[in-house]
Amino acid sequence: MSSNDPQGYKKTLNSPYTGFKGWVDSRLPLVRMMEAEYLKFPVPKSLNYFWSFGGIAMFCLIGLILTGIFLGFHYKPSADDAFDSVERIMRDVSFGWLIRYLHANLVSFFFIATFIHIFRALYFGSYKAPRELVYIFGLTMFMLMMATAFLGYTLPWGQMSYWGATVITNLFSAIPVVGDAILTLLLGDFTVGDAAVNRFYVLHWLLAFAIVGLVVFHVITLHMTGSNNPSGSEPQSWDETVSFHPYVTIKDLNATIFFFIILAFILFYYPNILGHSDNYIKANPMVTPAHIVPEWYFLPFYAILRAIPDKLGGVLAMFGSILALGLLPWLDTSKVRSCLFRPVWRYCVLLFAINFLVLMYMGGKPAEGIYVLISRIGTAYWFLFIFVLAPLVGFLETPRQPLSITNYLRSKKA
Amino acid sequence: MKKLFFILFFLSSFNTFSAGSKIDIPKYDWSWKGFFGTYDRASAQRGLKVYREVCAGCHSMNYLSYRNLGDLGFSEDHIKAIAAENLILDGPNDEGEMFERDGLPSDKFANPYANDKAARAANNGAYPPDLSLIVKARPKGADYVKSLLLGYVDPPEDMTIPNGQHYNKYMAGNLIAMASPLSDGLVDYDDGTQNSMDQMTTDVTTFLAWAAEPSLEDRKRMGFKVILFLVVLFILAYISKQQIWRDVKY
Repeated sequence: MSSNDPQGYKKTLNSPYTGFKGWVDSRLPLVRMMEAEYLKFPVPKSLNYFWSFGGIAMFCLIGLILTGIFLGFHYKPSADDAFDSVERIMRDVSFGWLIRYLHANLVSFFFIATFIHIFRALYFGSYKAPRELVYIFGLTMFMLMMATAFLGYTLPWGQMSYWGATVITNLFSAIPVVGDAILTLLLGDFTVGDAAVNRFYVLHWLLAFAIVGLVVFHVITLHMTGSNNPSGSEPQSWDETVSFHPYVTIKDLNATIFFFIILAFILFYYPNILGHSDNYIKANPMVTPAHIVPEWYFLPFYAILRAIPDKLGGVLAMFGSILALGLLPWLDTSKVRSCLFRPVWRYCVLLFAINFLVLMYMGGKPAEGIYVLISRIGTAYWFLFIFVLAPLVGFLETPRQPLSITNYLRSKKA
Repeated sequence: MKKLFFILFFLSSFNTFSAGSKIDIPKYDWSWKGFFGTYDRASAQRGLKVYREVCAGCHSMNYLSYRNLGDLGFSEDHIKAIAAENLILDGPNDEGEMFERDGLPSDKFANPYANDKAARAANNGAYPPDLSLIVKARPKGADYVKSLLLGYVDPPEDMTIPNGQHYNKYMAGNLIAMASPLSDGLVDYDDGTQNSMDQMTTDVTTFLAWAAEPSLEDRKRMGFKVILFLVVLFILAYISKQQIWRDVKY
């Protein structure tokens, strides 16, 4: 076969399968792809359970889309009908309460899984070359997730939906010159109202599927490089890997079921604990709730927003906090990936995670006194971590010699 | 309209200030708490009586239909009778006229007022909130509702109570437009239960808790089964995982 022979080249594309499988595969190479990427795909055998959260997040996304479709059958996106249609789902639609509570709580668990997933990327250096694009697609998805969750939270049209939407959309007016025009375009009106619910509903769907699209890119880029692992070392031989199926599938299934047991506990016994009681009051533009609080997963970013005394500055810091994380692959100067071998950076990352939780707590408190001060310190650390510590620590710290996958596993067993 | 907005704005900001002085809501033992909790049917039925004889004078329950009362153990005939005691505005008929008729089980609970404005007009400008979701719409839920009903005590001596307002130790800001709706022995119970304040507030709160979350019993029953299923599935998956990973050598 010569490379100048088009028939010969085509033969290399022939399916290895026969029968129906072969018929499909020689026309649509999906069977081959699935075998290569999801059956035989080599994965480092040293993965710990932190690596299951990507799969868990994917299950959450699938669950959200399925429950979302069924909610969409009954939900009415208008300022007059939205709240009532949600109550109708809760009371009159068969298993409507289950579908709605699932949808509402799955979002929270999607965020829990994603936060842990991102922490894992930071701690074990998964963002570093050659996985920068995996990481960037991931962060892009995270931002779309936040937008989608925000839009979704406005849809039941309760008090928090309405006032949350008012506060958050108002952020756009901070953009100089075009801010107000963008806000009007976004709301379809000069205030949050009927037009806004309608387009928020459409955008909620649109962004949800945009996330699905990005999952594809996230996974394609991941499968080009293969998974990182706790040792941060690439597999040196087949011996250091296991096949995706059944090793990773069964492991991730374990983690997913365990995660869903916790979800089920919240879903069936405390379905409203992650929400806000004010959202069971129909939206009323005349009455402002005592405290307008976003959903818990926005709280760290809300704290950053309020830490800056200037509106535009706050908005820039909030969006910038995630965008800046995207620069980490290039700002981190260390040659070593995993925090297991980085004695200083390790504590920087752990502090970053603790700082995230502190900011989350601060975001739920009124913007006054000590809360603002701590929010400011937290915000400062966030950016210090990315722009100063990442380059500096990588440069100054003396990392330990990373272990190979085999040696890492041996050291763990010993 | 603008005036109203500012009044409400003032009232809501008043809440913010008062949120500083923390109000401790007592905890009560409710029949529907716990993994297998169910609504005490007899209590909820008495609560319905309290609602109909006292609360329904001002408060609507727009998300409830009379047929829903079947969940509380009322018979079909009983529900028909309860529904028929209310006049429902229906129509327009073939002549284009609106008309009043007796309520049917399929009707929503009759609203005490024709519209929100009428409700305000009849209550000194205060709006009696719809009670369908009140237990879910307040932090501390049922504990808060019962506490509020029991919270009408004498105000501190240095406090002047504005006209049309009442002192309540559990209300945010301690001022509430609603006068104490219940008093000992106000509602006669058919089943001979002692109609004390404590009993009536428990009963009406049980009724309101059911109204806010009628699916609670189904939910808890299903939850137990689902979690049991997942735990068994987890055990099987864990055994499979150990089996599959056994031949992975380090």
